[in-house]
Parts: sequence; C-alpha cells; structure tokens
Amino acid sequence: MERIPILRMGEFLLVTIQVDMHDRLAMRLQDDLTEKIAETGARGVMIDISSLEIVDSFIGRVLANIASMSRVLDAQTVVVGMQPAVAITLVELGLELPGVLTALNVDKGMEVLRGTLAKAVEEQGGDRHPT
Amino acid sequence: MDAKQKALADLIAENPNTLRAAWMRELAIDVKRTNLMGEAELQGQCQEFLMRLEHAIRHGELEDIGAPSWTPVRDYLTEVSQRRANLGFSPADTATFVFSLKKPLFMYLQERSGNDSMLVEQIWQTTALLDRLGLYVMEVYQKSREEIIARQQDEMLELSTPVVKLWDGILALPLIGTLDSNRTQVVMETLLQRIVDTNSEVAIIDITGVPTVDTLVAQHLIKTVSAAKLMGVECVVSGIRPQIAQTIVHLGVGLGDIVTKGNLAGAFEYALRRVGMTTTPIRSES
Repeated sequence: MERIPILRMGEFLLVTIQVDMHDRLAMRLQDDLTEKIAETGARGVMIDISSLEIVDSFIGRVLANIASMSRVLDAQTVVVGMQPAVAITLVELGLELPGVLTALNVDKGMEVLRGTLAKAVEEQGGDRHPT
Repeated sequence: MDAKQKALADLIAENPNTLRAAWMRELAIDVKRTNLMGEAELQGQCQEFLMRLEHAIRHGELEDIGAPSWTPVRDYLTEVSQRRANLGFSPADTATFVFSLKKPLFMYLQERSGNDSMLVEQIWQTTALLDRLGLYVMEVYQKSREEIIARQQDEMLELSTPVVKLWDGILALPLIGTLDSNRTQVVMETLLQRIVDTNSEVAIIDITGVPTVDTLVAQHLIKTVSAAKLMGVECVVSGIRPQIAQTIVHLGVGLGDIVTKGNLAGAFEYALRRVGMTTTPIRSES
C-alpha cells in the first residue's frame, strides 16, 4: 500500500508530501509519523507540503492534527512551502493551525527548527549536552 | 410593400443629399455638444444610415425592426451608439440622432403629398418607425456605457494591487481606496503569489489610503494575515488612522496578534529588524 516516506535527519524527521493526499493516505501518515516520533525521540518535525495543490476540509484538519500531535510528543513541528491557494483555503475553512510554526521553504524551515530548539535547550539549562 | 411604404423609400432614395443636409441642420440645433464629433464623421454617419434605412424600408416591414431585413440598420445603429457612448455623448444626444430625422422627413412627405388623409397616415407610420429605432439606439447606448463601466472596474482592480519589494525579503502592499470582497480576494492572491515568487519573510500591508474600515474589511485583513502566516510569512499592518482605530475598537473587531505600526517607516524598520538588519546613520568623518 502507498505510504508517505518519513526521513530521519539527525534530530529531525522530514516528511515530504509529493502526491495529492487522499483520506486513507492522510490517516496512514498520521499513524506512521506519531509512531516514528515516539520511536526515534525526534525533537523536530518538518512537513513539506509544497507539492500539495489541493486541500479539502478533511486533509486540512488532518494536517492540523498531525502538527498538534507531534507538538504533544515533544517535537517542534514546522509546516513549510504552503501554496497560496492552499493557505487561502485553510483560512476560509477556519483552520489556521494554531501553535504550528510555518516557513516559506525547507531552508527557512530548518532555520526555524534549529532556532527554536536552541532556545529550548537554553531554557532547560543545556541539560541535553551534559559536560 | 404598400404604396405608402414605397413612397417613403422613394422619397429617401430621390433626395439623399438634401435630406441629409436638412437632417444635419436639425442635429446641429438639437445636439448641444457638437465638439465631440467632427463634421465629416457626422455626415458619413447620416449618409450611411439613410442608405441602409431606405433599403430596409423598401424590403421589409415597418412594424418589426427586429426582422432580418432590418439587420443592416440595427448593426449600423449599434455601431453609431457605441461610438457615441465611447466619445461621451449624453443619452439624449444619442437618441436625438434618430429623432431629429423626423422633421425633414415630414416636410418632404408634406411637399409631395396631395392627399391629406394619406399624409397623416404616412406621418404616423414614419414617426412610429423612427421612435422604435430611437429606442433601439438608447438600449444599445445603455449597454455600451455599462460595458465601459465594467471594463473600468476591471482596470481599477488591476491597478489597485501593486506589491512592491522594499528590501530582500520584505514586501509592501500599499492599499488605496475602499476594500470590498472582490478586491480583497485579488489583493490576497497577488500578495501571496508575490511572497512565493520573491521568497520574502515579511510583508507590510499599508492601509493609509483606505478611507473606511468596517467589520468586513477588518475580517478580510485578518484573513490575509492568517493566510500569509500559514505560509511562514509575518505580516505588519501600518498606517491605521486614528478614526479607523476608533472604528475598529467600537466594532469590537480584535485584530488578534497582528503587529501594527503607525506608519510605513515604522513598519519598514520593524521588518528590517525581523530579517536581521539594523539602520544606523552614516557618520561623516570630519
């Protein structure tokens, strides 16, 4: 069965959605990603949706849910590369992805992820890098 | 074709030039704004119309100007009224083009006719015909004016959404004029598309030129900002006038956590800081 690959890059997980999402695929991604975060203890998740041209209310909600779930699993989530049409649709649907970081492209998304993680580490007194 | 109709057609065919001259004299009296169209063009219009009218009278029914035999006349009148609509003639002037033909025609009819009862009938028939043609002209004129208005609206829509790049990563969208849903849609789409094209991080929406903000406009603004935020771009709203600030608060529209600045300069400075720049004055070494 078709599934969306989840790549691991150090502390981060990278999900690139390259096909138009249908409902089953979205639900499967939700399962896979949450499991993967728990399994690897990833600190950040980047979801690249730059190839996604069409969203409906369901896909929009699943996207929002996935983002919120990874937040709950203590992984900072950033959604990158949203197309203007998709952004307008989501706003019209009232799905404004609260609490989810966004960035224009993968480059800037990575910057955002690194920035927020560095800040989090600082606040915790740097205990993630024991001396 | 009855005799009256034939007589009318003959009348036009036999005196095209004198009839035209009399008609143009009438037009000169009735139409106020003669400077909009040259003498030669008017003469051409009159001549062409008389020719087609004569042909239509000879080959068609006077009662039904919608019939195929009247098509050349209708087409020409359409052309004439569109031309006049574009030149800025008033509706009355445009209708007068047809109505002022009555007097010269009646005069010729009177001259030629010996039989009084036939004259009255003929005049009635002719006046009814010209009225119908005149009303047709009005209809087309109205339609042309509406087309002009619609076209201008479209042009304004295109003109009114310039998205300018202020700096690497900073876009500005100076809004001027009233925002309605139609325009906001265009504004939103242009802004978001430009953000993708230019790879920008901050967008400034300057509403100095927006005269009023009601709940709907505020809603649209918030939507635009939210959509931009979903794409990972921060929006700054600047140039909110005191009056508008009061209205927004009175209406109970919360602008949420949208960053607002007093003027474009303030917003620009903020945006520069967001992309990691600062402004410092140049010190001249003395």
